[in-house]
Amino acid sequence: MFAFIISRILQALPVMLTVALISFAMFAYVGDPVAIMLGQDFTEAQREALVKDLGLDQPFWVQFATFLGNAVQGEFGLSYRLSRPVADLIAERAPATLELAFTAAILALLIGVPLGVYTGLYRNSWLSRFFLTFSLVGVSLPTFLIGILLILVFAVWLGVLPSFGRGDTVKLGWWSTGFLTWTGIKALVLPSITLGLFQLTLIMRLVRAEMLEVLRADYIKFARARGLPNRAVHFGHALKNTLVPVITIVGLQLGAIIAFAIVTETVFQWPGMGLLFIQSVNQADIPVMAAYLLLISALFVTINLIVDLLYYAVDPRLRIGRGQGAH
Amino acid sequence: MSGQNPLLEVRHLRVEFPTRRGTLVALDDVSFTISAGEVLGVVGESGAGKSMTGAAIIGLLEPPGRIAAGEIRLDGKRIDNLRYEDMRRIRGKDIGAIFQDPLTTLNPLYTVGRQLAETMTTHLPITPAEARKRAIGWLDLVGIPAAAQRIDSYPHEFSGGMRQRVVIALALCAEPRLIVADEPTTALDVSIQAQIIALLKSLAREKGTAMMLVTHDMGVIAETADRVAVMYAGRIAEIGPVRNVVKQASHPYTVGLMGSIPPLDRRVERLAQIDGAMPRLSAIPKGCAYNPRCPKAFARCTQDRPDLLPAGATQAACWLYAAGEGAHHG
Amino acid sequence: MAATLRRFFDSDLWWSFTRSPITMLSALVALICILGAVFAPWIAPHNPFDLASLNLLDAFKPPSWTEEGEAQYLLGTDDQGRDVLSAIMYGARVSLLVGLSATLFATTLGITLGLLAGYLGGKLDALLMRICDVQLTFPSILVALLIDGVVRAALPREVHDQIALFVVIFAIGISEWPKFARTVRGSTMVERNKEYVQAARVIGVAPPRIMLSHVLPNVLGPVLVIATLNLGLAILSEATLSFLGVGVPATQPSLGTLIRIGNDFLFSGEWWITIFPGVTLIAMVLSVNLLGDWLRDALNPKLR
Repeated sequence: MFAFIISRILQALPVMLTVALISFAMFAYVGDPVAIMLGQDFTEAQREALVKDLGLDQPFWVQFATFLGNAVQGEFGLSYRLSRPVADLIAERAPATLELAFTAAILALLIGVPLGVYTGLYRNSWLSRFFLTFSLVGVSLPTFLIGILLILVFAVWLGVLPSFGRGDTVKLGWWSTGFLTWTGIKALVLPSITLGLFQLTLIMRLVRAEMLEVLRADYIKFARARGLPNRAVHFGHALKNTLVPVITIVGLQLGAIIAFAIVTETVFQWPGMGLLFIQSVNQADIPVMAAYLLLISALFVTINLIVDLLYYAVDPRLRIGRGQGAH
Repeated sequence: MSGQNPLLEVRHLRVEFPTRRGTLVALDDVSFTISAGEVLGVVGESGAGKSMTGAAIIGLLEPPGRIAAGEIRLDGKRIDNLRYEDMRRIRGKDIGAIFQDPLTTLNPLYTVGRQLAETMTTHLPITPAEARKRAIGWLDLVGIPAAAQRIDSYPHEFSGGMRQRVVIALALCAEPRLIVADEPTTALDVSIQAQIIALLKSLAREKGTAMMLVTHDMGVIAETADRVAVMYAGRIAEIGPVRNVVKQASHPYTVGLMGSIPPLDRRVERLAQIDGAMPRLSAIPKGCAYNPRCPKAFARCTQDRPDLLPAGATQAACWLYAAGEGAHHG
Repeated sequence: MAATLRRFFDSDLWWSFTRSPITMLSALVALICILGAVFAPWIAPHNPFDLASLNLLDAFKPPSWTEEGEAQYLLGTDDQGRDVLSAIMYGARVSLLVGLSATLFATTLGITLGLLAGYLGGKLDALLMRICDVQLTFPSILVALLIDGVVRAALPREVHDQIALFVVIFAIGISEWPKFARTVRGSTMVERNKEYVQAARVIGVAPPRIMLSHVLPNVLGPVLVIATLNLGLAILSEATLSFLGVGVPATQPSLGTLIRIGNDFLFSGEWWITIFPGVTLIAMVLSVNLLGDWLRDALNPKLR
């Protein structure tokens, strides 16, 4: 078990390093940071001073090492556009994105999994067909369109929910939360539905497909042949076997949620990391882009690791040591 | 066999598969009986309908397959027309099943003990603790060493032969009176096959369980069965005591089958085979299904389909044995 | 030719197609969208890019079936007097173009690399699969955004605008190739060990020839399904990128661009400017997805 964790971490390191390299390459070679930061006219002396200050005269590997060293300490340089430390910018906006992603994920799971199980078990009921049609439409709707439609219905026509912003937030130390105020919660509703809907339909279709696949397995046939009641066959045997592969995908979907938060935050002007990222792409603000990339990769890699561990805990086939085997 | 009512009666069973190209008849007018404690072997080539018969008996035909006609009676009571819930109670408790591939038959995520206990508590009025005790007993009975420790092992921690033993235990643990075993040894190593067959045989005798043993391996049948039914293209070609069917086969197909088994006592230059192949379900010939390949076919064979007719010690579905015909073509 | 057609209409594929009214409907819708988009320059009632033909007085006209609507602007006009229907047709053109090109690019790249990895194995395979693994940890939209962002930052604005279309196609294509490569590699490895391939190698057929004429046809089935499903995804990705403002250039608006423009007027009540392009987008992607679903079920041997 311990060895498993270590090996997984070791596998993750090259990925992180590659991403860091790409980030840094962007940082160092795309555009001219000096020109961007100094504006139109500057003297040669100013230029040289800035170059020395930013360490741009050092060889590539030294710069990379410095970059890594700084990154690990949470130091990502200054934003070209806003001239503020990138780390501060991200820290300010992270809670917004994380709360949004969390709510959307919970929504997607709590509704998606049961629906998937239901449509897998009772494939021909009209309710199943309805859910399936709904899911197909859900997969064909781009996130931003869902957001726009929701805004149209609930904010413009009905006027019951806000269409932008986070509402009032409460500061708990470094974190600002929207969960504790009524306006904060109201502001969370439309964006989290928007963000979660795509994932919900994906999860539902996935669980359904797995369920159908599992129900065709020999051990299900054997369970029925032993006269086990439907309840035991469906929820004991089939469900457990269905959920094991689903865990992996759901974990990866968490990453997708955080990525798609970019779109949702744009539609709802939600002050999170995604909005920051898109603004930086639009303005070629490389430090922010690079920092976002690095952080998101770290997050994804961590999620992957946790998912691997979960898989290990749930599927006994992975637990046998190299030595054991057939008798 | 005594004159008492047979345990299992299958009468004129017909199983159909509606497909877009028309209805396929997978089993056509199949009839046989199994008495208590008896082992009936069912042999035939792949696709002859052996597994289908077993599936129909335990009520697990894969849709769109369905029983179109005929009856299946257990202890005199019809079971082919029961609702799912009622049939479910019979499965496992009165009729047990063993399938071919022990790798996929056991749920990989549950321990062996859990699967055994679950089956027993479903059908028998015992507590989980008692079920666990009995599970250990069953593992012991089927020859799993250190049963008390292995009870909490997962299926992948056993070898193929061991797994099939577990499957046998699972099939027997609710104490059914009939077992439908579908190719129980085909997926195992030859050396293990003999052990498993011996185990099945001894357990069946001990508990007085009847068995329908489906296989394409004549050797297993010769070892284990009391009677054997030879199936061809969804019909029974010949049925009778094992000894008679093997040594003095009546139906030309059975003769061909027995003839194609290489003899152990002498060398042969070429293996005998039956020319042609079993017809596909969508193209079954008129009359007797075997007539295109039969060396003894005559006019009537292409017109009328023969029922099972008495032919010496066995019964064969062949016009050669119709009263009066034998003299002409025998 | 006639024989092939006859075989096609006789096949299981066609039968299952005609059996499902939904599939036929979605094929029809997709066909309408495709034809409308392809022939837009000829059949669109107006040309929304001809600045001379625009009349600012006609701006913000609602759809023709409402009170203030006019028959000549079937779906209304936007803030500059452009006919929404025509804009949609031209926009669908761009959306389809990008979606199809990106999918084609991803498919070709994926098949090529997948074939190479699966057939040649060894270090090449290990390297390619590592790259796939790394890329697959990230959602494709992020990859596309990143590529677009980097190119945008690297090139001066004017140059970027000229090639923006290709950048988007490239970005989306790059973000999708691992799926194809993975599948093709798996199938190739299975096929490589089959006897007919080994026989060809023994005879001395050159590896590229083996890959192309023997392995490739057997691998195309699942690729076709993935490609169809991916087409919908590619169209959505482009729409998302354009909506975010980092997709196609303003001179060649796609449906996503139109939705973005229309979004600004949602609150003032001119809903048609954003809703109609939205509906068109949904119709296109939905019908493509339905076709993909049908194709997957029809080609799945287990379900026959």
